[in-house]
Amino acid sequence: MAADTPTGYIKHHLTNLTYGKVPEGTPVCDAHGDLTGETIQQASWILARCDEQVDAMGFMAFHVDSLAWSGLMGAIFVLVASMVARRAHAGVPAGMLNFVEMVVEFVDTSVRDSFHGKSKLIAPLAMTIFCWIFIMSSIKLLPVDTASAIAAALGLGYMKIVPTVDPNITLAMSFSVLGLVIAFSIMSKGVGGFFGELAFHPFEAQGITKFLLVPVNLTLEVVALLAKPVSLGLRLFGNMFAGEFVFILLAAMMGYWQFVGSVPWAIFHLLVIPLQSFIFMILTIVYLSMASEQH
Amino acid sequence: MNMNATFIGQIIWFAIFVWFCMKFVWPPISAALDERKQKISDGLSAADRANRDLELAQEKAGEDLREAKAKAAEIIEQANRRANQVIEDAKGQARTEGERLIAQAQSEIEREVNSAREQLRSEVALLALAGAEKVLASEVNPAAHKQMLDQLAAEL
Repeated sequence: MAADTPTGYIKHHLTNLTYGKVPEGTPVCDAHGDLTGETIQQASWILARCDEQVDAMGFMAFHVDSLAWSGLMGAIFVLVASMVARRAHAGVPAGMLNFVEMVVEFVDTSVRDSFHGKSKLIAPLAMTIFCWIFIMSSIKLLPVDTASAIAAALGLGYMKIVPTVDPNITLAMSFSVLGLVIAFSIMSKGVGGFFGELAFHPFEAQGITKFLLVPVNLTLEVVALLAKPVSLGLRLFGNMFAGEFVFILLAAMMGYWQFVGSVPWAIFHLLVIPLQSFIFMILTIVYLSMASEQH
Repeated sequence: MNMNATFIGQIIWFAIFVWFCMKFVWPPISAALDERKQKISDGLSAADRANRDLELAQEKAGEDLREAKAKAAEIIEQANRRANQVIEDAKGQARTEGERLIAQAQSEIEREVNSAREQLRSEVALLALAGAEKVLASEVNPAAHKQMLDQLAAEL
């Protein structure tokens, strides 16, 4: 893997540490990511060292770095928040309690503004989404080479620490939201109501025409339904990827002088990160509120 | 940028964290916030009540003060009246006592004068008798002229 050319450098920084099952016949790579010309004799689970191996893994592969960092950041969030919550009291709040309460109130206000039903799930869901995405995306304010340098010292070929720069992560979250949207729809309108909404809207008619329009309606509604999570996940991914890409470009072009560009860009990202976290949260609330409302 | 099983892994993470947040983070904080809201509204209404109580107490205190002032004025007036009466009584008593003393003194004086007059009268009679005796040199018989001498003494 040629990390010394700008292209190689960028490619290296945008590659996840992947653990997956390679079938037999997959080419073997050495520690630098270069092909050795040999092939793997037996299907096995390995950490990929080059693109060829990643390609060979197909779907049965995990981005270890994304999952580890997102898990770590999520764990930090829930542990800190639950520790604070355990000591929550009705007296005068101080320190962390003050901060966590501020977040809770902020999320609660957002939920109350958009979601008019009653649900025990939606407020904690929104809070988790907001805080988790915020923390995950904030890792990218670390200088881009920090993580890969540490990973290289530990003998790992790749390390992409910002989970939200991985579309798997953002789309997984947005499709989880889709699952909740479907669940909320079915809970509030019943299975028939939910499918009726998909099949008999937006073109409405009476009698036999109603059923003739089903294919058209179904196509439109399913696309509309799927567009929500896809846009939700890709919006976050796109913003975070673009931000990260500029950091990597600056590092690739300017070396140690990268801070000239990356500091202002990081300051700008101090606005982008909360904004994107907020958008993801608020759209989740809006989608769920639309799902639970009667038409 | 390839999609793979990371997707499933992240869904599991997501479910775990949302569940955890729903179970251990949101309820206690939300409960604490509600409790605090309740406490604050209780405190505010208690403060309102206290203000009202204070107003009532001030009103009552003012009324009590006015009442006490009125009572004090009444008492002072009564005392003044009583003092005047006492003075008047004392004056009257003193006057009657004085009059009594004066009357007594006058009657004493009168008695003294009378007794002195009696004494003088008898002495004058004796003196006159003695003088006359000397003048008349036993020509006058006291027994024969007693009536005349007594008449003389009574005229004194």
